Amino acid sequence: MNRSQAKLTQGIDWPIVGLYMALVIIGIMSIFAAEYRGDDNVWQDILHPSKNYSRQLIWFGVSIVLASVIWLTDSKFFTATANLMYAGGLLLLLLVLGIGKDVKGSHSWLVVGGFQFQPAELTKLCTNLALAKYLSSQETDFTKLRSRLIAAALALIPAGIIILQDETGLALVYFSFFLVMYREGLPGVLLVIAFSGIVLVLSALLVDRTILFTIFTVITALVIYFMRREIKRKRSKLALILGVYAFCGLFVMFVVPFVFTKVLKDYQVRRIEVMLGKENDPKATYNTRQSMIAIGSGGFWGKGYLKGTQTRYDFVPEQSTDFIFCTVGEDFGFFGSVIFLGIYVALLFRIIFVAERQRSTFTRVYAYGVASIIFFHLAINISMTIGLAPVIGIPLPLVSYGGSSLMTFTMLIFILLRLDADRQMVLR
Amino acid sequence: MSVFNQPRKRVIQMIILGMVVLIITRLFFLQIVEKKYAKLADANAVLRKVIYPSRGIIYDRQNRSILGNDVLYDLVVTPASVKSIDTAYLCNILKIDKEEFRKRIITAIVKNGRVRQSVFAPLLAPEVFGQLQESMYLFQPGFELVPRQIRSYPYSAAANILGYIAEISPAMLKDTGTYASYNSGDYLGFTGLEKTYEPVLMGQRGIQYLIKDNLNRPQGAYENGEFDSAAVAGKNLRLSLDIELQVLGEKLMKGKSGSIVAIDPQTGGILAMVSGPSFDPNLLTGPYRSANFSKLYTDTTKPLFNRAIQATYPPGSTFKPMIALVGLDEGVITPSFGYPCGGAYYGCTRPIKCEHHDAGHAANLRLALSHSCNSYFSHVYRLSVDAGKFGGIRVGGMQKWADYMNNFGFGHKVGIDIPSEGRGLVPDKKYYDARYKGSWNSCTSVFLGIGQGELLLTPLQMANAMCIVANRGSYYIPHFVASIDNDNTHLLDKYKVRHDVAHISDTAYSAVIHGMTDVVESGTGRVAQIEGITIGGKTGTAENYGIVNGVRTKLKNHAVFVAFAPAEKARIAIAVIVENSGFGAKYAAPIASLMMEKYLKDSISTKRQPLLKTVMETVTIDAAMLAKSHLDSLNNNAVIKKKKP
Repeated sequence: MNRSQAKLTQGIDWPIVGLYMALVIIGIMSIFAAEYRGDDNVWQDILHPSKNYSRQLIWFGVSIVLASVIWLTDSKFFTATANLMYAGGLLLLLLVLGIGKDVKGSHSWLVVGGFQFQPAELTKLCTNLALAKYLSSQETDFTKLRSRLIAAALALIPAGIIILQDETGLALVYFSFFLVMYREGLPGVLLVIAFSGIVLVLSALLVDRTILFTIFTVITALVIYFMRREIKRKRSKLALILGVYAFCGLFVMFVVPFVFTKVLKDYQVRRIEVMLGKENDPKATYNTRQSMIAIGSGGFWGKGYLKGTQTRYDFVPEQSTDFIFCTVGEDFGFFGSVIFLGIYVALLFRIIFVAERQRSTFTRVYAYGVASIIFFHLAINISMTIGLAPVIGIPLPLVSYGGSSLMTFTMLIFILLRLDADRQMVLR
Repeated sequence: MSVFNQPRKRVIQMIILGMVVLIITRLFFLQIVEKKYAKLADANAVLRKVIYPSRGIIYDRQNRSILGNDVLYDLVVTPASVKSIDTAYLCNILKIDKEEFRKRIITAIVKNGRVRQSVFAPLLAPEVFGQLQESMYLFQPGFELVPRQIRSYPYSAAANILGYIAEISPAMLKDTGTYASYNSGDYLGFTGLEKTYEPVLMGQRGIQYLIKDNLNRPQGAYENGEFDSAAVAGKNLRLSLDIELQVLGEKLMKGKSGSIVAIDPQTGGILAMVSGPSFDPNLLTGPYRSANFSKLYTDTTKPLFNRAIQATYPPGSTFKPMIALVGLDEGVITPSFGYPCGGAYYGCTRPIKCEHHDAGHAANLRLALSHSCNSYFSHVYRLSVDAGKFGGIRVGGMQKWADYMNNFGFGHKVGIDIPSEGRGLVPDKKYYDARYKGSWNSCTSVFLGIGQGELLLTPLQMANAMCIVANRGSYYIPHFVASIDNDNTHLLDKYKVRHDVAHISDTAYSAVIHGMTDVVESGTGRVAQIEGITIGGKTGTAENYGIVNGVRTKLKNHAVFVAFAPAEKARIAIAVIVENSGFGAKYAAPIASLMMEKYLKDSISTKRQPLLKTVMETVTIDAAMLAKSHLDSLNNNAVIKKKKP
């Protein structure tokens, strides 16, 4: 491809750029709505970035510069440096463990020249690149268990370090790479097992352990009774059933209590318990409650932009970051929320469409990675604002206030656009 | 499982769509189906601020304000804003120690949280307020002075009549029927007129809706004040009470237990009602209310006990006019009826002594009344209850007599417009049947004829009886409030109705009234005379028993005097009781006379000033009891001193 003769923007996927812009602008407007008081001098605040919305505007500017730089970079740069970036990302994460700064109870921030920066955001990009690199390499046969384990390790090693930094919420996002792996051939039954696992965990939390164990025993007994003919024919089936039974039993009786007492933080346990309705700690439910009041009071059409009483008067904590969706819900109601979600769905589907038109596996895997990361953020973030998920504090992509987050998602998307523009090449 | 046969791209799209549909479903329930969130949001963000109206003012019959409003200040604290202030200095002004300071801050945080205001020191005494105001800038923004209306009584009089207001109690708050419109922290009338007329005095509270933020700080009007309603001030009451007469009465009753009730017979309006000893009503407003209340409550002289309506006494001889009225109305006697008394009544087994034994002192009703002949009225009583037309005392006679008494306003609440009125006791057929198991006759109750025995009346009932005599058979229910400004209630309707109690000829009434004017002209009540005014009166000496060391003992008699004046067309009817002070003419009659003179002539003549002085200085309360009382020192130290009236 001869870039020098082509238009500078040739090959760019405009729908994605448009959706990206729409979300960032909605984000800045929402942050503005959350902070603005009637008597604020808006222009002065923009010139002297004392408010979140004015700072976010600056981050937006920085992001555009970054996007332009990425656009002007050769695609091969990303394939070539993918592993290097992954290694660098891991190093940064380890560095944070050593010299990081505590912000709001998590040890995941680096301070460079007055700016706070969260490497855990950036390593999502590194991991995505590394995974794409690994899965697209000719030596990789993803039908083999070994390759699958290596791919899983690539995704989960950063997650492990991030858990050590007390950012469990961000670590959870790394599980989104299993969606990518599913697309690349991981058996669908694993998704079912994962889903069953979630059900198992939830029931282990909700139902008394001894009762649950009794239920397992009864089910196992019934299964053995109804399958007694097949078991007679094939002894190994009995072993399988008993194996599953033993696993479930151990999981419920030991693993879940262990995780809850030893691995998770107290506040996380409490949030999960609150979400499951097991505990009614007014302090722990306050955020979710206020957030649901704000969104619920929006009604069908919403109260109108800058008319919300809940989001404007600080009732919802973390208003500009984790709970930014409340502003949309309150000011624009159900109608606006559905359109807002529609923009995300359009973006996700467009990315999947772009992914599927690639010739190179690298770009396809990378694109699915971007879609999966955005999807996980979206699903968890909005679920927690409407009381469907515990409050684990991850941002809404492109909308929430925060430089690290906005720049990471900008890079994720614009690298995709760069790779997509070069889809005629086979990248490895 | 067919889903896995689809291209994996489709499955991933389905997962995304599934999640989004789940979210949208949840949003649908949150935003459209469930309506509570809009209300919760309003509860969150709309501050309902109650605007308290000023309470109604109470005026006396000369339109002098006797219960008004004053402004005191609360010191309020916002714990979160208390930063680097001179705690020691503040403690010094408030006269508390640092430990107490810390305790109050903690209490405030526990009660209302760190960022909301709580009262730190309520109703500052004026000198503390003055000191604080000067140096307030030192303690801001954590501390602020907030004005608060309190009640003030410029004449320091009529405490038991006017009553007081206090903060609503938790028990009352639970009573959602009567006190539905009150919130915790509201003040309302607890006794006296403040309680009876609470609905008109309180006015109408205004409500202002404000937008607030998460820390309950007001941020401006909600919907431009569209839903706000203004406060309407409480309505003023205009009383029939004469405050100068009331003040005089309280001075006269100083050092004495007992009461004065003076009524205008033509309207039923009460002119003065004194319960001695009295206290300064300002003691029950302002910063030291609760401390003063418990001191008054436990004081040996029982100043909070409104003797004028709550205490009951045997009326003694002052009851004789009523005995006569019953006899006349039933027709068992005529004004010319006479009784040959020779110094005692021998009609029953035990003779009843009479003060007089000269022949003819009870030759007719007028003479019998002016000489207070015990024999005469014992006889008339027995004639009344034993009258043949009722089939004897145990069939209808006793009950008929009791009905007369009830008509006169005895034995039940008269219906005055302040709470806690006593009933007194009128024994009836049922009473004697129960007590004597059916074997009793008119001799059993013959002492009723001279106002003793089981009969008990409140001073208010005695004064009301004088209205009936003065009005020749009718009365209005005694009451304080003559009118309410802009009245649209029916509270006063029952006080505008005339009650007719007996249908006795005018000549018969004249005999009773003449008998009573003779009492003051030439009989036992001469001390009550006022130059140029004809007074009808009756002295009484109520025998009085109490339990001393577990034994029923006769105590010193109560002095009783009832009167009305001018006798031709009475403008004042009065009953005075001075407990344990002996013969009725000694203290009760002079007090009644001085009160009547003050009311009818507007001042006490120079000639009678020495009498006034003597009466005021007389102390009849038991010395041992008085020694334990703190009432005088309390009255002298009332926080809000009387303004110039």
